[in-house]
Amino acid sequence: MEAIQNITLKVWRQDGPADGGRFENYNVPEISDEASFLEMLDVLNERLINEGKEAIVFDHDCREGICGTCSLMINGQAHGPARMTATCQLHMRKFASNDTIVVEPWRASAFPILKDLMVDRSAFDRIIEVGGFITAPTGGAPDANLIPIPKPVADAAMDAAECIGCGACVAACPNGAANLFTSAKIAHLNMLPQGQAERFARTEAMVEKMDEHFGSCTNHGECEAACPKGISLDFIALMNQDYRKSKFKNRKSLSRT
Amino acid sequence: MSVVLDPKVPDGPLAEKWDNYKFEAKLVNPANKRKFKIIVVGTGLAGASAAATLAELGYTVDAFTFHDSPRRAHSIAAQGGINASKNYHGDGDSVHRLFYDTIKGGDFRSREANVHRLAQVSSNIIDQMVAQGVPFAREYGGLLDNRSFGGAQVSRTFYARGQTGQQLLLGAYQQLARQIGLGGVRLFNRSELVDVVTVDGRSAGIVVRDLITGEITSHAAHAVVLATGGYGNAFFLSTNAMNCNVTAAWRAHRKGAYFANPCYTQIHPTCIPQSDDTQSKLTLMSESLRNDGRVWVPSKIDDERPAAQIPENERDYYLERLYPSFGNLAPRDISSRAAKRAVDSGRGVGPLKNGVNLDFQSAIDRLGFDTVWERYSNLFEMYERITGEDPTKTPMRIYPASHYTMGGLWVDYELMTTVPGLYCAGEANFSDHGANRLGASALMQGLSDGYFVLPYTIGNYLAPMLNKPTPGTDHPEFKAAELAAKARYHGYVSIGGTKSPDHFHRELGHIIWDYCGMERTAEGLEKALAELPALYEEFKTDLRVTGTDEGVNQTLEKAGRVDDFFQLGMLMCRDALEREESCGGHFRVEYQDAEGEALRDDENFSHVAAWEWTGDPMTSIRNKEELTFDNVHLAVRSYK
Repeated sequence: MEAIQNITLKVWRQDGPADGGRFENYNVPEISDEASFLEMLDVLNERLINEGKEAIVFDHDCREGICGTCSLMINGQAHGPARMTATCQLHMRKFASNDTIVVEPWRASAFPILKDLMVDRSAFDRIIEVGGFITAPTGGAPDANLIPIPKPVADAAMDAAECIGCGACVAACPNGAANLFTSAKIAHLNMLPQGQAERFARTEAMVEKMDEHFGSCTNHGECEAACPKGISLDFIALMNQDYRKSKFKNRKSLSRT
Repeated sequence: MSVVLDPKVPDGPLAEKWDNYKFEAKLVNPANKRKFKIIVVGTGLAGASAAATLAELGYTVDAFTFHDSPRRAHSIAAQGGINASKNYHGDGDSVHRLFYDTIKGGDFRSREANVHRLAQVSSNIIDQMVAQGVPFAREYGGLLDNRSFGGAQVSRTFYARGQTGQQLLLGAYQQLARQIGLGGVRLFNRSELVDVVTVDGRSAGIVVRDLITGEITSHAAHAVVLATGGYGNAFFLSTNAMNCNVTAAWRAHRKGAYFANPCYTQIHPTCIPQSDDTQSKLTLMSESLRNDGRVWVPSKIDDERPAAQIPENERDYYLERLYPSFGNLAPRDISSRAAKRAVDSGRGVGPLKNGVNLDFQSAIDRLGFDTVWERYSNLFEMYERITGEDPTKTPMRIYPASHYTMGGLWVDYELMTTVPGLYCAGEANFSDHGANRLGASALMQGLSDGYFVLPYTIGNYLAPMLNKPTPGTDHPEFKAAELAAKARYHGYVSIGGTKSPDHFHRELGHIIWDYCGMERTAEGLEKALAELPALYEEFKTDLRVTGTDEGVNQTLEKAGRVDDFFQLGMLMCRDALEREESCGGHFRVEYQDAEGEALRDDENFSHVAAWEWTGDPMTSIRNKEELTFDNVHLAVRSYK
């Protein structure tokens, strides 16, 4: 264990959605390189409370990189400098003494800032609510082994299903687009045999709900680079393919006039 | 005056009880279901599956979560898998074997009828989750793959890489989202339960605090389900998510719901050891790693050589030595105590000598690097991110940490608490795991409660209430609860002391871990019971919460949760002190056999302790539910 010294944090503070917000500087004189980035913020917050100041508000929960609650733009990168690592799993050994670190919330018009570093990502839930599921009411499901699913298919669906819904893709995108998130959710279900019945209705509904809230994709690829789970850009191509198919060929099967 | 509780177990032979119950239960006509409002608090596996299924049936459901989205609940972090008695591999599994393993794993301290029902519906859970699109691991032929897990000698664990909890929660969340989209469920996110309201002894609704505005509001319903998780964060350092708390269950306890077996806590054997004092959270490494990892410490005390330089004959593979038939797959409580003893004997590894090795070298030699990597890559990568070490080159270092709580609100066979109309599901209740939970059983229980039990049992309660008036939020009890909650949260801000909620939480956690952790003694527990009230008094007079009780204030949220952890902590210690035996996760040093194994006292303690609130956790009344075992023989739990 080694200590990292004299870190300067420039942290975005904003009192509420209507407030203009500003950067405030904090010095962290010493922190262990074993500490996680969020543990450093915990230590800073405890100090702020001891000084009678309000703690910095940030979203976080599992601290195991799976719940997708944590966020933060760290030096302009979503989830910071480590590849395929959510902020909660970023450790201070990635930084050096005397570093200045800029900490900001996700910035996207679909994710309004609630306070300091906390944003509202409920637009993601709205996308799922219109089609991100397989209609399978409880009870009456057939035996689980009735439909064999080839391992490569199950693995590919799992690759898409690993998305943790953190919103880094949106934050990293210059357009604030949610195509990586939406396409991962669509691909997970559209690739499985169970998901075929609703495949095209699902794709249309989710894409169109996405377009209500988020910007448009122009294939920058920043989303894939920022994704802590390494979700592939390929899923966006699959989504676009299904969307086009649906628009051109499946109007009748969707019983639309 | 203590009472003896009736669990309302249905008549008939064990295997027929659940079918009998379902036939006897009163039904609500489909057209009448929408007239009933049900509140579900918590959107993890139990809560999301219950809310979705109840809405599918036609009930009007309001779901509450303190997270920003229902999909964040801590069920998502479960790694290893979910058990089901499918016997797909023909290795001798059956409903009865899963039932027996769970009863034995719980050290004969759980209710037979509940556990048998759990084993019965386990197969339905897998069918249901596959139908919903959960991408479980498959074999090349396309059929479902299984792995084995601690405490079982059959392969019955279904998994989705190392993210089974995530995939199951996403499945349940998607069903919930569908119902939200259809209008069957109204979702209240970032809303924390701060009180439970009863009118004339029945559950009438809840009071919640909006975490964005600080506003406190009432919600009335015919029935309330609490699916709010466990209380492992009482230890401060645990594998639970940072925001996991006992507040919902505790507030219900204070309104009349008995709290059962609070001393039954599970210390998970495979977590990454603490690295320094600033650490706020421990990380679990899935128990599935013990399928291929071998646990060892150096045979010599204070051996500081790197693992690779310690020859085979100077290593102590202590689990394989002590428990040859289960070896590295010995149950959690047993493995945890063995690790503690190895470290306490001065043979711990790592810079702080606070861990034991979990070594994959023999698996890599036997199976090849690629196979081992495919099985555990996400865990290996997570370990490397946290520690900076590659576990395929040097052994992982692991140590036990608080992980799961078997105790919780007392519920009867219908999952109803001692407050009529108030139900409790998932980890928040005490029902199925006795004194120790087996791996891959928590996901099973959460989904069993939510998908397959509550939708039947709630109807039985609601049917007779059709078209009868129920108290609305203008009832004086709601108004009183709102005022009390406002005063409570305003009170924390007004104390104006000198120490943060985290400071008190850490101090509280130290006491609970030291005296009510892996090994407990009467002397230690008495000491804890002397120190806790004093520290709690200090909390009440010297707490500092900056900011106000309006708008977002995470410091204030934490203060409320720590307050409830203090009260629970006292009850945990009292429960541990009064249970004068060792069983499962509750190990009293005074009660062990010559080989250091847990010594149960079936004569005097074959019962559930269900505590009744009196206004002060130091004076709570200990009630009992006697446990009867008609179908299993009470054996010494041996994994040798």
